[in-house]
Amino acid sequence: MQKIVKTIIFLIFLFILSIFFIGLNRDTNYNTANQINKEIPDFKVSYLDKENFFIKNDLRKNNFTLINFWASWCAPCRIEHPILIRLSEEKNIKIVGVNFKDKKEQAKKFLGELGNPYDVSTKDTSGKQSVLFGIYGIPESILIDKQLIVIKKFVGPLSVNDLNYIKEIIK
Amino acid sequence: MISNFGNLLLFISVVLSLSIIYLSNKNLKLNGNQITKNIFQLSLIQSTIVIICFFTLIAAFIVSDFSLITVYQNSHSMKPILYKITGTWGNHEGSLMLWVIILTIFSFLFLIYNKNHPKKFRLLTLIIQNILILGFLFFIIINSNPFSPLSPIPKEGLGLNPILQDPALAIHPPLLYIGFVGSSIYFSAAIASLISNYSEKNFASSIKNWILISWSFQTLGILVGSIWAYYELGWGGFWFWDPVENASLLPWFAMTALFHSIIVFEKRNLFYFWVIILCLMTFILSVTGTFLVRSGILNSVHTFASDPTRGIYILSFLSLMIFGSVFLLFKKYKTENYNLNQNSKETFVLVNNWFMMFYLVTVLLGTIYPIFTDALSQNKISVGPPFYNAIIFPVVVIFLIFMAIGPNASWIKNKFDNIKLYFLILLGAILINLMIILFFKNFSVLSNFIIISALFLILSSLKDFVISKKKNNLNLARIIAHASFGFLVLFIGLNHVFSIEKDYNMKIGEIKKFDNYSIEFKNLELKNFTNYQAVVGEFEILKEKDRNILKPEIRIYSNPKTLTYEASIKTSFIKDYYLTMSNIDRSDYYNIKFQEKPLMIWIWLSVIMIVIGGLLRFLKNAKNS
Repeated sequence: MQKIVKTIIFLIFLFILSIFFIGLNRDTNYNTANQINKEIPDFKVSYLDKENFFIKNDLRKNNFTLINFWASWCAPCRIEHPILIRLSEEKNIKIVGVNFKDKKEQAKKFLGELGNPYDVSTKDTSGKQSVLFGIYGIPESILIDKQLIVIKKFVGPLSVNDLNYIKEIIK
Repeated sequence: MISNFGNLLLFISVVLSLSIIYLSNKNLKLNGNQITKNIFQLSLIQSTIVIICFFTLIAAFIVSDFSLITVYQNSHSMKPILYKITGTWGNHEGSLMLWVIILTIFSFLFLIYNKNHPKKFRLLTLIIQNILILGFLFFIIINSNPFSPLSPIPKEGLGLNPILQDPALAIHPPLLYIGFVGSSIYFSAAIASLISNYSEKNFASSIKNWILISWSFQTLGILVGSIWAYYELGWGGFWFWDPVENASLLPWFAMTALFHSIIVFEKRNLFYFWVIILCLMTFILSVTGTFLVRSGILNSVHTFASDPTRGIYILSFLSLMIFGSVFLLFKKYKTENYNLNQNSKETFVLVNNWFMMFYLVTVLLGTIYPIFTDALSQNKISVGPPFYNAIIFPVVVIFLIFMAIGPNASWIKNKFDNIKLYFLILLGAILINLMIILFFKNFSVLSNFIIISALFLILSSLKDFVISKKKNNLNLARIIAHASFGFLVLFIGLNHVFSIEKDYNMKIGEIKKFDNYSIEFKNLELKNFTNYQAVVGEFEILKEKDRNILKPEIRIYSNPKTLTYEASIKTSFIKDYYLTMSNIDRSDYYNIKFQEKPLMIWIWLSVIMIVIGGLLRFLKNAKNS
């Protein structure tokens, strides 16, 4: 009997530690490279301000859409913000912001302070919906066309080169 | 230059640790109960070298020596001197130096303060402690070296995160570290006790003061962290169930269970293995917490630049500690026959331990569950305050009642002869609660229960004070600690029930009114400080005849370029006014969040009193021994 208990305790510790180990390397869990040229997944996020939902089909009316994942606690998001503001002046593209694992007030403060480039502001408080897009760190942005096919995925803050690239595509 | 010097000191520390282990091992084989002098000397030199090493790093921060990567990444020449110094432990590498300092100082002090314990036990404790020290020294040298050089030398540093530039955060890490790194010493002592079969009551007296010291500092550290979160994070709360807060709470539960059960062990020679398990658990949980927040596996305020190799190192170290101690424990474990009377002090202490384990498991599960689901199902979930509030608070009610009656139970066999008195106290508590409802406002059923049980604990402690003073067997430490815990829960409860929160968009000159309050936005000023600019708002809060001016700020730090919102807080004995302000883009409106938080200062004071209780017990123990 005692032996069984001891084995179980040992196994429990082994289990926890292995999970920690897997957790450490979890970034590889989400391989996002294969999403390009595929249709984006079904998703459902709520608006930042309202209680109703924004879904995949809402994107069909835009010629091009950039879905940008951001949070107020994310420093690189501040860096890319001016780029987004510049992009928001383009007519042929809409920007959808997904506020990732954030507090609403903090998010609003952030936009109040740096400007709001988003045509639609949504939130993903639990981070679940973003996972569907293979988001594993923010900021990340996904450029899609009218058919909702992923053209490019930008991992990390958008740069001026990225901005020019997008402008070129949506021309 | 400074890099070489620092590395040399780290290297010497490694050599000293190895020498101490070697000499202690040699000394173990000699007869007699004397420990050779050179072990003491080496241990003293070791602490000194580590301290010098730390001061070298502080010096590098003070003179802004950007030839060190750590200084470059976490400091800036324009930073006030205080924050240059505290920046030393405000980052991953420097804080690990603080770990090693506490490990070595505790190692040395344990050696000199436990002279009347068997030599084998003391030497083994020293050896184990030095193995831990070596583990951390290697960690520092291999992948967290604060003395890593940077070339070419940058002209300016990146600066310390402004929200960390704060007096509370300057002392928060050292306090907390004395707590959870301090627990290493009874981890080592527990292993030594298992190996050397030193399982008598005396073992308890060798570690109980260390438990009290680490517990008191841990409590203070958590308090300071909470106060900081309260005024700096700008949400008006003081506990967010953030993984990092939980990480500090987990060893705290284990320590609290430990210093209660050690009383039974010392008095009745019971629970030896349970005490050992708790000793091992406390430090293992401390290291687990460090792993969780440092490896980047969880997102939190304390996640420093995450580097997977660091995670792997701490995880390997943690695994070794867990499997080593579990293996040893299983080897030595003998079934203990407790045969306790159900109504006895021993049972009540066990009940305390059950509660602590319940809280510990709840918080542990909530903290690591997201990692599990993420790793196993790639499902990201986050466990937030609703989970903890739903599970922890109802149980607090019963816990407080046990806390009130437990301490008066007698050893071995107890008889309650004052049930009537307790009944009266309960009645009193209910009455006070009713009065609060009558004069102020109604609140939820659970809040009622929590407030009644808190009052019950406070009144019972008061009764204990009066009675034991008459009988001349006053246990002041316990009464203060328990009563203060009652007050803490009471004030948190009242604070929760009576808080007011209002959100407005206002521009200069505007007045907002609600109930009998009025808020006037009087003025806005731009001020320049050495390392930041501030937009300072001036607001007048008027409630009947009570007039207060609050000045919340928006600060723009230049290095690193960051914006922070500084809450303006007016504290009084009855309530805090709490005001934050943030600007709204392209408009002259500002978003204002006003909160009235009753009895805040009493929440802090209750925690301080709990710590005083712990320290009083420590002083009493120290005097007796």
